[in-house]
Amino acid sequence: MSNVSLDANDSSVTENQPQDNNRRRFLTVATSVVGGVGVAGAAIPFIGSWNPSVKARAAGADVEADISKIEPGQLIRVIWRSKPVWITRRTPELLDSLTQIDDLLKDPNSEQDQQPEFARNSYRSIKPEYSVLVGICTHLGCSPQHLKDGAFEEYVEGVPEGFHCPCHGSKFDMAGRVFNNVPAPLNLVVPPYMYIDDNTILIGSEEGAA
Amino acid sequence: MFKNLMDWIEYRLPIMRVANMHAIQYPAPRNMNFWYVFGFLATIVLVNQLVTGIWLTMSFEPSAERAFASVEYIMRDVEYGWILRYMHSTGASAFFIVVYLHMFRGMIYGSYQKPRELLWLFGMFIYLALMAEAFMGYVLPWGQMSYWGAQVIVSLFSAIPVIGPDLVIWIQGDYVISGATLNRFFALHVIALPLVIVILVFLHIVALHEVGSNNPDGTDVKRKKGSLTEEEKTKFKMHEYYTSKYDIVDDIVPFFPHIVLKDLVAFSLFLIAFCYVMFFNPGMGGYFLEHPNFEIANPLKTPEHIFPVWYFTPFYAILKAVPHKLGGVICMFAAIVALALLPWIDRGRVKSWRYRCGLHRWNLIVFAGVFIFLGYLGGTPQEAWKIIASQILTIMYFGFFFLLWIYSKNEKTKPVPARITG
Repeated sequence: MSNVSLDANDSSVTENQPQDNNRRRFLTVATSVVGGVGVAGAAIPFIGSWNPSVKARAAGADVEADISKIEPGQLIRVIWRSKPVWITRRTPELLDSLTQIDDLLKDPNSEQDQQPEFARNSYRSIKPEYSVLVGICTHLGCSPQHLKDGAFEEYVEGVPEGFHCPCHGSKFDMAGRVFNNVPAPLNLVVPPYMYIDDNTILIGSEEGAA
Repeated sequence: MFKNLMDWIEYRLPIMRVANMHAIQYPAPRNMNFWYVFGFLATIVLVNQLVTGIWLTMSFEPSAERAFASVEYIMRDVEYGWILRYMHSTGASAFFIVVYLHMFRGMIYGSYQKPRELLWLFGMFIYLALMAEAFMGYVLPWGQMSYWGAQVIVSLFSAIPVIGPDLVIWIQGDYVISGATLNRFFALHVIALPLVIVILVFLHIVALHEVGSNNPDGTDVKRKKGSLTEEEKTKFKMHEYYTSKYDIVDDIVPFFPHIVLKDLVAFSLFLIAFCYVMFFNPGMGGYFLEHPNFEIANPLKTPEHIFPVWYFTPFYAILKAVPHKLGGVICMFAAIVALALLPWIDRGRVKSWRYRCGLHRWNLIVFAGVFIFLGYLGGTPQEAWKIIASQILTIMYFGFFFLLWIYSKNEKTKPVPARITG
């Protein structure tokens, strides 16, 4: 060590100098705070660049669907985030039948987290008439087939209409609820969606959420 | 001439001083047994991963469209590409084998106890960084298990209340695992995490050499300055950094060449096993390279069973054992945090299991068995009995730490020998 000490607290050095520890403390804190703000500011681009890019946001944007032309009993398909979304218009008779098959289903009351909160009801939808489901089997990701007018009876006796997965035989009712004794563990996913007006559904956003 | 050159350099860069302090005149207890080779082996594997990794990046293309094809290109068309890739993939599993043995060594001989707490913590940070490194590396070939494994691991973050779902999108850089995710994992895997690991390894070694190596007896080889007679002191010349502060018992050997040569014997045995796997069984029956990963990632087709690679399966079993999503994630991380807190959970003052109570020995052996059994449960298809088994084993896993905390307070230990035995 040399004889010259830079330590200001060493009295041999500071004897002849005015000492103002408050001023020193203030300057230290002020420098640290300003420097800290600078570091936080500089971190913004590094953290922000991890967000989805404009390209990714465009590919994953919400999709509007016109439901005014769907006939009762008809199913239309919409592509949202590269996945098929089914919109079905269900008849009153069908809606009645949905409440009578609870004992055939794994999760009739939608207790598993496969839908937004607004769809945790027996029809799994906002308006009972229209069902919106992601058409991907919860087993291994195949897309099930829509069987109606009694064609589904082949798979579940007494239930005329439903979804049947050709890959491994999983079965879902017209609210996307999975039947017992099939490989799929969970009900079909209900995507977030909302009604823009009576004829248009926006898939990807919920009421109240941004 | 050569001496002059060496002196010229030494005057400006302390090469010999560092070599003396950390190898040639570093005191290593003479009873370090085979359990002490795994740190050396881990360093060798780290170098292997760095070198082969650099060569692999020369031919790998980090994009969702090209990643899988470029790995096939490395395997088939790049000269010696297959051997570089198998060195890297075998090295990944070898890394965890030696690290797990290294950690278990620390546990049985109490190497985490005072004054080696920070050393142990640096080791745990290396282990964490290594897990992140291995996970991201596994995503890069963009096979089915890469994709769906990433899906499972990244979606763990969605269990965090409030910010979870947005955090997942931020990590993925997209609404699904996509090319954006692959690209950032590539950047982290080849630059960020290797840098972190190398720095942590450096700190791990610096911290080790500051406090000195433990040994199977747990007897300290450094004594208070002036407490030993000349007869009792080591005859080897040790660096004055150590001798100026302590008297060193005649129970040590210089790290170089004595310990290094022993490590090299272990290294040659290790190489035989490593080469067997690399040349004859690189997939190791689907454990080192999982079969679904020979198929390109398909976001619309989930593999029948999704498992992480074997070195994560004990924690995966804990995750699945808890029927609550956030609870499972918390338990999984708690399993690692509990290990990191060992220096404070263990309230005993006797280090080695040789001189601790019988319960402690059994606790350690059962813990090792539980860890392996959990690994089996987490890496094989789900069955009803396995859920119950993994729940029991999860409780037993945490039971190890709880029991240790209880009995280490007033433990009946055997007298620790004043000098190293055997």
